[in-house]
Amino acid sequence: MSTLVHDAISHDVVSKVKYTAKDFSSDQDVRWCPGCGDYSILAQVQRTMPELNVPKEKVVFVSGIGCSSRFPYYMETYGFHSIHGRATAIGSGLKIARPDLSVWIVTGDGDGLSIGGNHMIHLLRRNVDVNVLLFNNQIYGLTKGQYSPTSEFGKVTKSTPYGSVDMPFNPASLALGSGGTFVARSMDRDPKHLQGIVKRAAEHKGTSFVEVYQNCNVFNDGAFFQFTEKETKSDSVVFLEHGKPLVFGKESDKGIKLDGFSPVVVSLKDGVHSANDLLIHNEKDSTLAFILANMTYNHDVPRPFGIFLAIDRPRYEDEIEKQIDSAISKRGKGSLEKLLNSGDTWVIQ
Amino acid sequence: MEKQTRTLDEVTIRFAGDSGDGMQLTGGQFTNTSAAMGNDLSTLPDYPAEIRAPRDTTYGVSGFQIHFGATEINTPGDHCDVLVAMNAASLKVNLRSLIDGGIIIVNTDGFGDRNLKLAGYAQSPLSDGSLSKYQVFQVDITKLTNLALADMNLGQKIVDKTKNFFALGMMYWMFNRTVDGTIQWIKEKFEKKPELIEANTRVMKAGWNYAETTDIFAVKYEVKPAQLTPGKYRNITGNQATALGFVTAAEKANLDLFLGSYPITPASDILHELSMFKNYGVKTFQAEDEIAGVTSAIGAAFGGSLALTTTSGPGVALKTEAIGLAVMVELPLVIVNVQRGGPSTGLPTKTEQADLLQAVYGRNGEAPVPVISASTPSDCFNTAVEASRIALKYMTPVMMLTDGYLANGSEPWLLPSVKDIPEIAPKFRTDPDGYMPYRRDEITLSREWAIPGTPGLEHRIGGLEKQDVTGNVNYEPENHERMIRLRAEKVERIANDIPLAQVEGDEKGELLVVGWGGTYGTIKTAVERKRKEGKSVSQLHLKYINPLQKNVGEILYNFKHILVPEINMGQLIKILRSKFLVPAIALNKVQGLPYRSIEIEEKIDEILGGKL
Ligand code: SF4
Repeated sequence: MSTLVHDAISHDVVSKVKYTAKDFSSDQDVRWCPGCGDYSILAQVQRTMPELNVPKEKVVFVSGIGCSSRFPYYMETYGFHSIHGRATAIGSGLKIARPDLSVWIVTGDGDGLSIGGNHMIHLLRRNVDVNVLLFNNQIYGLTKGQYSPTSEFGKVTKSTPYGSVDMPFNPASLALGSGGTFVARSMDRDPKHLQGIVKRAAEHKGTSFVEVYQNCNVFNDGAFFQFTEKETKSDSVVFLEHGKPLVFGKESDKGIKLDGFSPVVVSLKDGVHSANDLLIHNEKDSTLAFILANMTYNHDVPRPFGIFLAIDRPRYEDEIEKQIDSAISKRGKGSLEKLLNSGDTWVIQ
Repeated sequence: MEKQTRTLDEVTIRFAGDSGDGMQLTGGQFTNTSAAMGNDLSTLPDYPAEIRAPRDTTYGVSGFQIHFGATEINTPGDHCDVLVAMNAASLKVNLRSLIDGGIIIVNTDGFGDRNLKLAGYAQSPLSDGSLSKYQVFQVDITKLTNLALADMNLGQKIVDKTKNFFALGMMYWMFNRTVDGTIQWIKEKFEKKPELIEANTRVMKAGWNYAETTDIFAVKYEVKPAQLTPGKYRNITGNQATALGFVTAAEKANLDLFLGSYPITPASDILHELSMFKNYGVKTFQAEDEIAGVTSAIGAAFGGSLALTTTSGPGVALKTEAIGLAVMVELPLVIVNVQRGGPSTGLPTKTEQADLLQAVYGRNGEAPVPVISASTPSDCFNTAVEASRIALKYMTPVMMLTDGYLANGSEPWLLPSVKDIPEIAPKFRTDPDGYMPYRRDEITLSREWAIPGTPGLEHRIGGLEKQDVTGNVNYEPENHERMIRLRAEKVERIANDIPLAQVEGDEKGELLVVGWGGTYGTIKTAVERKRKEGKSVSQLHLKYINPLQKNVGEILYNFKHILVPEINMGQLIKILRSKFLVPAIALNKVQGLPYRSIEIEEKIDEILGGKL
């Protein structure tokens, strides 16, 4: 860190130690459509922030373009509402330049997986220590309703009046395939679960990728109701918990076991199966993470939510700092005098 | 035989061979030795576009030209006086740059049937009389090299790799140079391989002795040291100077340098150079694409770094939207465009100046960006420092233009002293009282730089239109126009903060030749020659393209004719004509090649006719 930056951010005023959610709420009017899932996500993030014990001035929210990307305006932290798809790259540069900051990237299925897909996969493989919140509503909201890279095959939208012929991405599988070290899924309508996941993402050292199912009640209302509404949720969702068997169902009467590499549903009341037969979640197991993520579009099994993977791997910005430290210890701190006298020189008298 | 010595003011030599023949190394050694002997000089490598073209083909030819002299040298030379050709293909490709009566030294082993066929010669040019207007010296360099190393039991591959030192030894003899510097270099380079030290040294001395003792060469040449400003020098390419300039600017500004870049010819060397400066705290980020190169830099700028992205024209095209973002969020950023031949992929390894209008205008919306250009390889250093100064002081992206010719060309650089380099003193806002993200400095109109980590200054920036002063998102019509005018005015005011333009030659007269960028040395040579003939011609070379210096119009109006030579279809001239309504005359060349002075001289003659 340059001395100029160091001096600017070193201060005598001790930041308030205990924040409340309110401290993270900016003076800007929130302008999402009434009923939009984004409201809940904003609330859960604001509620989680005080628990992270990070001084507010160290927090930066970076976003791209789309409904979700309005997010930074509503957070009373530093914020950068950038251009379409590039929040991941801007956030990378910021974090590499300033590892002391807590960098959050808010993006959507179009911003993060379509126009910004390239930056996303490279961020994940580099494992820069930033937190990505990808609001997945399976539609383009801001441009008023075209299909997105997560819209289901056959989706009828303004730009696909005869149905989309694109296969959707499964964001979790994409993140795992890109070498992500923290990959999770949550939903706008489960505040507690979302808060827990956001907290874990913040604590993770390395890139955290959190896909949040978000209802766009204007252009894609109910896309996730099966997973978020009481009547269907318990039979359609399985929550992943580290070290625990995969159990679901209204009466916790069903479970998932592995048949070869394929997850299958078994009844815990059929007298044949018991909890001992069930798959035990291990968030350190990257092979298992792929299997679980692949349950996503498999209609024979419930949809998994929770943390697919949370493993430790060197962070890009740490490695850069290490190289700098080692260069300085080997060659001494560079100075202008040394710089200008480097190379093969000669003197003209 | 008694050997004659003739004294010359200046000489241009071109070393040419297959890309595996080590011609860049040979040229580089000749350059270092000549520089150390006090000559002024200018060099230009000529690499093949293919990385590993088939051996002995014309597209695998690699060349290195050095122009050195006892007088001031401003260009790598219009033509060469001496051509060293290691094989038939290199003769074929380079003969056109040799002057009539020039010297050709060929390695006859490179002119066998196979070599001739691959080069596309029906019969050997060495025997068909086609070279009769040149002085041809035929030497079987391969055989002589083998002989020199006969007792060393080296593999043929190693022996072949040393034969460029034989050619170098001959040229050292012919131009009265010492071999000592190169011997020292060989010792350091092959420190761990004593047999290579022995082999290379032996072969170079063999070349020198061969020229000295055989009858083949009757004349040797002397080029006396030039009258250079006393001081410490190093030879430097434009890309190296660019890299050093940014490290220097960061040190002067007390900031960390962050480079976000994607490899692209001919800019990659800046990335390579800067990634070595880790002990200066430089962070280089090889991004996944051009867009991530610039946007990561914008992120770093938000965090308080001196942020830089380096590329060439196609890369600038990809970065365009992000540069507009930097204009909107008013963060400091330098974009270096090492221009190459376009459009599209164009001529990646060739030079051109066709991105000037892209730099000045090439963005959506009203998005003014300061543009400055470098005029010689070593001037890239000053330009990098100046680009950084402007970016930091005015909180704006700045486009710095160089080109392939400057990037790879080299010249001796009189090392500046630390105290002569202008101070750059950026400030971060720290006081939370009354902070408004878009409140402006009254003089520069720049907003304050408030970086994350500073308590009480939490604020949001972005690409949507800003409300004046508060920086809140705002769509009001009057505000939008006010902000557009403020951003334009801010860039215009830079003109108050840069030195006035200087004419070289008389301040008034018949003809002013106006140039920018890498054509400086060529125009200077042409103008000086014409002035010696008594012609009323002066030179104005513009470093600042946007904004122009305040006195440019005044200068233009002092001349009857204005000539604007550019390596494009006429871009600076469009700006000059529209801004000053002057009937400037264009001289255009778009061949991927630099101008030769003679081409500019001819145009000067055409305009001035017989007039003095
Ligand atoms: S368009 Fe959809 S996603 Fe966008 S704000 Fe409205 S409801 Fe939310």
